[in-house]
Amino acid sequence: MPHAAPAVDGFFTTDPDPALLGTRCSTCGTYHFPAETFFCRNPACDGTTLEQVTLSRRGKVWSWTMNRYAAPPPFPQTEPFEPYGVAAVELAEERMIVLGMLTGNFEALKIGDEVELLVEPHVDGETLIWKWKPVA
Amino acid sequence: MRNVAVLGAGMHPWGKWGRNFVEYGVHAARAALADAGVDWQDVQFIAGGETVRNGYAGYVAGSSIAQALGWSGARVATAYAACASGASAIDIARARILAGLCDVALVVGADTTPKGFLAPSGGERKQDPDWLRFYLLGATNPTYFAFYARRRMELYGSTEKDWAAVKIKNARHGLNNPNARYRKEVTEEDVLASPVVSEPLRLLNICTTSDGGAAVVLCSLEYARSKGVKDPVKVSAVSTVTPRFPKTVIDLPDIATDSAAAAAPPELTFRDSIAAAAYEEVGLGPEDLDVAEVYDLSTALELDWYENIGLCKEGEAERLIRDGDTTIGGRIPVNPSGGLACFGEAVPAQAIAQVCEVTWQLRGQAQGRQVDGAKVGLTINQGLFGHGSSVILTK
Repeated sequence: MPHAAPAVDGFFTTDPDPALLGTRCSTCGTYHFPAETFFCRNPACDGTTLEQVTLSRRGKVWSWTMNRYAAPPPFPQTEPFEPYGVAAVELAEERMIVLGMLTGNFEALKIGDEVELLVEPHVDGETLIWKWKPVA
Repeated sequence: MRNVAVLGAGMHPWGKWGRNFVEYGVHAARAALADAGVDWQDVQFIAGGETVRNGYAGYVAGSSIAQALGWSGARVATAYAACASGASAIDIARARILAGLCDVALVVGADTTPKGFLAPSGGERKQDPDWLRFYLLGATNPTYFAFYARRRMELYGSTEKDWAAVKIKNARHGLNNPNARYRKEVTEEDVLASPVVSEPLRLLNICTTSDGGAAVVLCSLEYARSKGVKDPVKVSAVSTVTPRFPKTVIDLPDIATDSAAAAAPPELTFRDSIAAAAYEEVGLGPEDLDVAEVYDLSTALELDWYENIGLCKEGEAERLIRDGDTTIGGRIPVNPSGGLACFGEAVPAQAIAQVCEVTWQLRGQAQGRQVDGAKVGLTINQGLFGHGSSVILTK
């Protein structure tokens, strides 16, 4: 899928080792994803300088699910529908949980298992999306 | 203690009626006004819960319903707080009464919902987290419910049979509730044979969406006395708290949580803090409760709520359902109305419906599902984008 564009701008890089794009408050160090660019969400911080950063490419599964019914639009509608996995993944350095669709062999995933970020085609193949893949 | 009285409660039965939401709202309002013995034209303030699925009339639900009841010059407000909209509307009416700005108010919420998953508003809206979670991730509401359910399973040994027990209990509770949409016993086999929606949750673990309407008439204690009601059910606390930063539990519609890199997480999770604020406002604790209505969007989530409202410690909720503690006749009955399992969700009406049920319980009028001698009841719920919703009622 070399010509497909990201499903959304500014959320992730498409390098060979892709990463999510967030921001980090220069004043207090709080991370934000999706990126905040005008304010820091820490109520004790009035920082307004938010630098773009790439987030950790690996994290641990906080929880996950396999969806066996198609989500409604704007989720891309495909025929036939293929069940799809979604994970909530804890990033240690950023101390936050980030969602993502799952790819690879994830049927036996357990909470705490390590996953890695990839960029792959979305379910309809039209755009690119970030996904979490179990680390073998 | 700063109380207001619940002078009247009324509902339009939940179902999939497919009619204009205003009809359900008017039906519920008239039922609540009749219950209160108050003429609509004497109501000084009307607060509506907004519905976002019914066009402009839904955005201004308070005035849409006021117009249908007949313009009376009453002051009006419409509140939107997602699933917590009803509690926000109650809170506004309560505050107005306590401030002495009015004596008697009508609070009403009603909805007409489409079939299937609740979906975001249309168009391409890449700045809207609620739109993005569907577009990027297919993260339906049950996706989040499934995250919590899997954690209960792996961390606390929760089983599909425990979740079926919640459904069986709520189905039994709702059998005689004339306002419930589903009034049918459910077996463990029924639950375990229903199709998987979002692993590990099956169809019968997840609540549906419904049409319905609910209303309460709130007034000052003096006004209640003037109506001959000396010992009314009282709204003694309303918690509409927001989360504290950093919110570290993933919640719909979030794509990511706050970061705890620079600030330590608060002592209480958001859901714990909703009930804690209500208890604190009235000076009561979980040991004082006789009955609770919790938001069982999923059966497994009902177990989470047991812990969030302090009925047991974290990881112990399975024991409560296994021991029958939360069944009518048990130590602390939960969802005697039948809960969302029997109602399905009618978003702006649901938090008001919870208050209606506890009102009837505390009056001893919950025929066929009465919790004996109930004097203190709590409702709890959470609206997406950070809306707490908990009401404590006392008799």
